Amino acid sequence: MGRYLGRKGLIYALTLFVAVTINWMLPRFMPGDPISDMVSRAGLRDPEAAARMQAYYENLFGLDVPIWQQYLNYWGSLFSWPPDLGISMWSFPRPVGDLVMGALPYTLALLIPAILLSWYVGNKLGALAARRKALDNTVLPVSYLLTATPYMWLAILLVWFGGMQLGWFPSSRAYSGNLVPEFSMSFIGSLALHWVLPFLSLFLVALGGWAIGMRNLVIYELESDYSNYLGALGAPPRLIRKYAFRNAMLPQITGLALQLGVVLTGNIVTEVVFNYPGLGLLLLNAITSTDFFLLQGIVLFVVIGVLICNFVIDIVYVWVDPRTRTGLQGASA
Amino acid sequence: MTDMKSSPAGRSGAAAPAPDPASAAPGQTATTDPLGAAPALAGRRRSEMLYFALRNPKVILGLSVIVAFLLFGLLGPLFSEFGPRERNAGPLGAAPSSDFWLGTTWTGQDVFTQLAHGTRATFQVALMAAAISAFIGMTMGFVAGYRGGRLDEILMMITNIVLVLPVFVVVIVVTAYLGISNTATQALVIGLFNWTWVARAVRAQTLSLRARDFVDLARLSGVRTLSIIRREIAPNMASYLVMTFILLFAGAIVFAATLDFLNLGPRGGMSLGLMLQQANQQAAMSLGLWWWFVFPGAAITAITGSAYLTNVGLDEVFNPKLREM
Repeated sequence: MGRYLGRKGLIYALTLFVAVTINWMLPRFMPGDPISDMVSRAGLRDPEAAARMQAYYENLFGLDVPIWQQYLNYWGSLFSWPPDLGISMWSFPRPVGDLVMGALPYTLALLIPAILLSWYVGNKLGALAARRKALDNTVLPVSYLLTATPYMWLAILLVWFGGMQLGWFPSSRAYSGNLVPEFSMSFIGSLALHWVLPFLSLFLVALGGWAIGMRNLVIYELESDYSNYLGALGAPPRLIRKYAFRNAMLPQITGLALQLGVVLTGNIVTEVVFNYPGLGLLLLNAITSTDFFLLQGIVLFVVIGVLICNFVIDIVYVWVDPRTRTGLQGASA
Repeated sequence: MTDMKSSPAGRSGAAAPAPDPASAAPGQTATTDPLGAAPALAGRRRSEMLYFALRNPKVILGLSVIVAFLLFGLLGPLFSEFGPRERNAGPLGAAPSSDFWLGTTWTGQDVFTQLAHGTRATFQVALMAAAISAFIGMTMGFVAGYRGGRLDEILMMITNIVLVLPVFVVVIVVTAYLGISNTATQALVIGLFNWTWVARAVRAQTLSLRARDFVDLARLSGVRTLSIIRREIAPNMASYLVMTFILLFAGAIVFAATLDFLNLGPRGGMSLGLMLQQANQQAAMSLGLWWWFVFPGAAITAITGSAYLTNVGLDEVFNPKLREM
């Protein structure tokens, strides 16, 4: 178990290293110079003023020291508390960390329920569909349709149909414009109403993939030797299905870690469509306003978040699959 | 995309009763004469596969839809006298009619023209990206699985790192800095980041094939490593590689569309994702111009869905256990 988690930990540490390094390298070695762009956008006529502005910004963003020093400083700023992710240009002079922290609750409020519920419901649905012809014939095509649907399209359709045609739910922002964030019934009610459609859009697309995966896995398990043997011994089908389901869960837990990136992507575009003030919308604003510090801060935050989630899933896996605990086989690293 | 969209079906394809090339017929026969008898047998096997593939409704339906969209992308632009970005080609925001088959956008662009050009660009990007991902992933998988040892450890470590990385977000940063100028660059960026599950799956298959007698025999007779991989190992998992490519293709379509939707796609072109982006940005939903966003999204869904369907069908063709006939 220690070896299993140690190996995983090494991979995560290396991943973090690679991500931070890419993040640090891109603005420094890519063609184009964000600082010059910013200075030229200011439209200063006087070259001396422009030079002073350039120097000011280079000092502000720590670009006036040798390159290796910048790299070390970058790491140092990440491990200081609170992490110093630089200053946003898009909403200058607010620190990137504040902006990210402000957007994070909205993203988590969408992502966590969507991931967990779609996983749970999808697994149940898939297990039910396996070996029940009538159910399989409806669940499977619908699941394939859902999983083939791009997140942004479903989000757009939900805005148009649920928001505009039916008018059941608001389809933009996280709460009504005339409210201020506070702990009151009207605000929480508005928050909940605005949450429904973006949540549905994330939930539905992810649901299909889980249902398909679970269906295939349960069928595979039901055909395996231990199921046949149990059947030959006269075990009730319910018991066999239960064993098959529990064995089929293992790849689905691993799959949860693999799917994180996909759901995250879905979350970004969903937030863009619904104008939902989470990390995805922040990311779009960073892109459109070429705010590289904000962009990097978000990326770093997302990478660390994904790594933490992966680690949590690994621990759950160790807890669920006894083989990893005794160091036999189980999940490949 | 990530391994983007590729994973749901990709994962189930790898985990569930996937085609098991290792147990397929040529393995045993090739042992007696790895070079002589194999081609004739492979030829017979191929025609047998074709026989079943052409009788599998899922493969037929899936491939027909894909080919139909491919033809639409190739020939569609010829039926239009407008440019994909040409404004005031028709009335502003007009519903589908006999003049403008799929309606017009808020600035009077012809949706049919955009859809045709967008489909063409989507196929271009997806095919190129899938080819690049397939090349990287298969090379990594073959080498890691066949060579083993330290090289395997290093390659798999790289694969696992990219696998954990939220690839799409990294690609967003890379494209934001690079500023994608054409479809080839976009395909390259997608391809460079979207190969991890291929490498792992191909490695696993190669590992099981490596232990076979006919591979040992080839090695004993002094065949070079590259030739062994190309002539002994790859043909025995050809079915798996075909299905991998189809999934990569489907994944790349969604990946590219998502990038385009964030306005990170090639400048100046037209794509299905960009149509959705423009529709969303210009509030087509509140204006009620449904034809503007329903058609491009439906096209993406139809192409990727058909690719998944083809894959399920091919699984049945290659894996006799799954055949229902």
